[in-house]
Parts: sequence; structure tokens; C-alpha cells
Amino acid sequence: MRTNSGINKRQISLVVFVSVILFFYIPLLVLILYSFNSGKTMVWRGFSLQWYEELFFHSSDLWSAFRSSLIVALSSSFIATAIGTIGGIGIHWYKFKWKKYLQIVTYLPLIMPEIIIGVSLLIMFAWLKWKMSLFTIFLAHTTFNIPFVLLIISSRLDEFDYQIIEAAHDLGAKEIDTLLKVIIPMSIPGIISGFLMSMTLSLDDFVITFFVSGPGSSTLPLHIYSMINRGVFPVINALSTVLIAGTVLLSVSSKNIQKYMFK
Amino acid sequence: MKKINYGKIYTAPLTMWITFFFVIPTSIIFLYSFLKKKLRGGVLWEFSIDGYTALINQSFFKVVWFTVVISIFATFLTLLLAIPTSYFIARSKRKNLYLFLVIVPFWTNFLIRIFAWISILGNNGFLNNMLLSLGIIKSPLMLLYNQYAIIVVTVYTYLPYAILPLYSTIEKFDFSLLEAARDLGASKLQSLFKIFLPGIRSGIMTATIFTFIPALGSYAIPLLVGGQKSFMIGNLIARELKVTMNWPLASSMSVVLTVVTTIGIFIFLNTNKNKSELKNEN
Repeated sequence: MRTNSGINKRQISLVVFVSVILFFYIPLLVLILYSFNSGKTMVWRGFSLQWYEELFFHSSDLWSAFRSSLIVALSSSFIATAIGTIGGIGIHWYKFKWKKYLQIVTYLPLIMPEIIIGVSLLIMFAWLKWKMSLFTIFLAHTTFNIPFVLLIISSRLDEFDYQIIEAAHDLGAKEIDTLLKVIIPMSIPGIISGFLMSMTLSLDDFVITFFVSGPGSSTLPLHIYSMINRGVFPVINALSTVLIAGTVLLSVSSKNIQKYMFK
Repeated sequence: MKKINYGKIYTAPLTMWITFFFVIPTSIIFLYSFLKKKLRGGVLWEFSIDGYTALINQSFFKVVWFTVVISIFATFLTLLLAIPTSYFIARSKRKNLYLFLVIVPFWTNFLIRIFAWISILGNNGFLNNMLLSLGIIKSPLMLLYNQYAIIVVTVYTYLPYAILPLYSTIEKFDFSLLEAARDLGASKLQSLFKIFLPGIRSGIMTATIFTFIPALGSYAIPLLVGGQKSFMIGNLIARELKVTMNWPLASSMSVVLTVVTTIGIFIFLNTNKNKSELKNEN
């Protein structure tokens, strides 16, 4: 009776699991398949690489949007990781006035709908008469990245033994030495995953970027949006295939990198 | 021992950044919602509750209702798929491979994921073409640009966000508890609802928050697959901000969205607390 129920549960979860995986991958596989279609529509007209040619050789706007995305992602992740790491250390190891409020406020952006962050930044930038550009996008991305870095760093710091810090102090290490030679080196895995998480979020963001971007400051998601609106579907198929391949490669290699570095 | 408070020094950049780019902007929205509108964007510095009185009409209530219903449906479906999936992954021997399969769509660009569904469900999309060429239908079905398309794409988008936290909770769940419950005579359903689901409560909570909040604040999904009639709050806010240029109204709507979200989280956290008579969390 009991083994029977176990099999049942397992069967149900297996069926759901398989359906979920199909649900995840069928749309992606359709995109990949039709990126090799020689026709413009979703009717199969034969194999062709013309959309890749179009993507790589005749889409300079797209590549400049991609470059903007990379610039914003790298810079905002760098600043967010720096601010988030040092701030997370401060919150974790020390007691100070208003600490509780600071903790609550820094996590609020995580649970706020992102459109609110986009709208509020747009209104503030307009009030300050700042022109929308890659710089305002950078500011917005740093803002939504910081809470994620904090979250990752503090879960890493939770695993620490406070006695290590005390030992460093007892052995005469100055505050700055403890920070640079003990706390930060031990947080490196957290810092790296915080940085990677920020990169991913930044490269992926459409909604907030949509509000704080101006003419001439297009990121890759904004460019894809305009391509969808203009109906240049086959090129998006080719781009999707390249991006999906990139995602798979990155996740495989980041797994391996982590394996070598931290195990 | 005298000590300089390094906590304040370390958190100074964080405090400044969050104040300037989060606290002040959101406060400005709140302030703007009580001001008069200027013709082409911006505000006049006069107190007014126009931003709120303009909200009291049927069409806005309809949009709020539509937004809440869509979000609840999408969240429910997401959990319904995510819990068995995470259970399966947590109990299987090839966890890493299966997690990898979940992470790839999670890392695939958000707009690409939406676009994939446009090219499948569109009038000239993959599905319609398949059905037409197989002779099952005579004319293309209108699969895109309705509320079902919004729900499908929302579930598709947030499912990985629900699976990952659920997986990590289920992985830590002590399955011998279920055996114990069965030994003590609990039925299958009893052990599911009284032991397993309460046991993975924190995972369910995280998964719900990760799905429900973004769904409430949806902008891109209804914009791209919802069609003319399926406006969600996010689309109204964007219209008032960028098209009709009524900034106090955009602000008051943002305040409403924030309040609805907060109420949603609050109700959810409370019902969850009542359900399990566990000791209070830290």
C-alpha cells in the first residue's frame, strides 16, 4: 500500500516535470528551428542561413544596442557589487542606529513591482532635468541590482564563524586588515555570484530600462522590443538562437568554473 | 574598549544610494499624486486630489480587478506546476542536470521568451500553421492578444523563479516525516496537506512572492501579447506617463499599485501564519 502511494506520487511528479520541461523548451526549439527557415513567415520553406547573415552583417543597430547593454551591465554590476558587498558586511557584523530600518528599506526594491521603480526614477530624473541616456539606465540598474547583491552576500556571511574575525582582532589585525585579508577573501564566492546575478538581471531588464532610456540610448532588450514591433521576426529568431546558445555555454562554463574554484 | 563604528562607514554608500535612487523617487511619486497636472507632463505645485478622484470610475476598477484576477490565476497555475516539478527534481538522482534544464529558460532573455510565444500563438504563428496544414482548422484561431495568452506567458516567465526556491526547500525537507505520518494512520491527502505543504511553507511563500508581485506589476507581457482590451495597471500607468502625460494620475495609480501589492503580500503572509501553528519566525 505504501510503496504503491510512493510510486503514485512519483508518477504524478514525473508527468508534471516532463510537461514543464516540454513547456519550457518547445517555444525555444521552435525559434531555433525557424531561424534556419528561408521563408519570412512561420511556414517552412527550406534551410537557409540568410537570417544569420542579416544578423551578423546587416544589423549594426542591434550590435550597438548590445554594446550599450554590456557597458551598462558591467558598470552597474561593478558598482552594485562594491556597494552591496561593503554594505552587507557593515549590516552583518556591526550594530548601529537605524540598522533595522536600513535593512527593511534596502530590501523593499525586491518586493516592489519593477514598474514603480522605473516610473519613480523617470519622474525624478525629469524633475532634476537630467537627460535620459545610458547614464540614467546605469543608475537605475545599479539601484535594482544592489538588493540582490546584498541578499547573496548576507547569505554567504551567515555561513561564517564570527570567531575568525575575533581571532583576527585578537592577533592584532587592524579593522582594514580584517576587512581586506579575512572578510573579503572569504566572501569571494558570494561576491562573484552577486556580480553574475547583477549582470544577468541588467542584461535582461526591459521594463525599468524602458522608462529611463532616451532617444539614442537603446539596450538589447529595448532593441528586441522595437524589432518585435516592426515585425522583423526571422532576424529575432536568429538572434534568439545565438542568445540561447550563449546562455547554455555560459551556464555550463560558470558551473565548471565554480567547480574548479570552490571545491 | 573604544571603537569607531565601522558599521556606519561600511553602510554609508549603501544608505546614500538607496536614499537618493529609491527612497526619494518613491516619495516624489507620493507627493506628485497630490499635485495638479501640467499640460505636457510634469506638475503644478498646487495641492489637489484630482489624481485620486480620477481613479474612482468603473474602468479603473475593472483594470485593477483584471490585474488581480490574472495575477492570482497565473500564480496558482505556477505553483501547481512548480511544486511537483521541484519535488521530482529534489528526489531524483540527476538533480544537477534537471536544475540546469530549469536554469536555461530562466537565463534566456525575457523579451525572447515573450517573443517565442508570439511566434507560436500568432495568427500566422507556428501552431496555427500546423493546425491549418493538418486540416484540423479552416481559418487561423485567435490565440494571441487575449487574457489567456497573458496567463500562459506569465506562467512561462515566472515558473523558473518559483521552481528554484521550492526546490531548495523541498531538498531540505525530511521525508521520513511523511512515512511517520502514514505509519500513524494519516491518509495520502492528510500527509500532503498537513505535513508536506506546511513543511515547505517558506519555499511556497518565496515562490508566490516571486510570481505574484511581478505579475501584479506586469507591463511588457500584456503590452506584447494582451492586445487592445487587456490592459493591466502597469499599462495604464505607462499610458498616463508617456502618452496622455497626466503625471499626477500616473503617480496616484502607482501608489494604488504599491498599496495593492502590499495588501497582497500582507494577506498572504497572514493566512500562512495562521495555517501553520509553528513558532514565530525570528
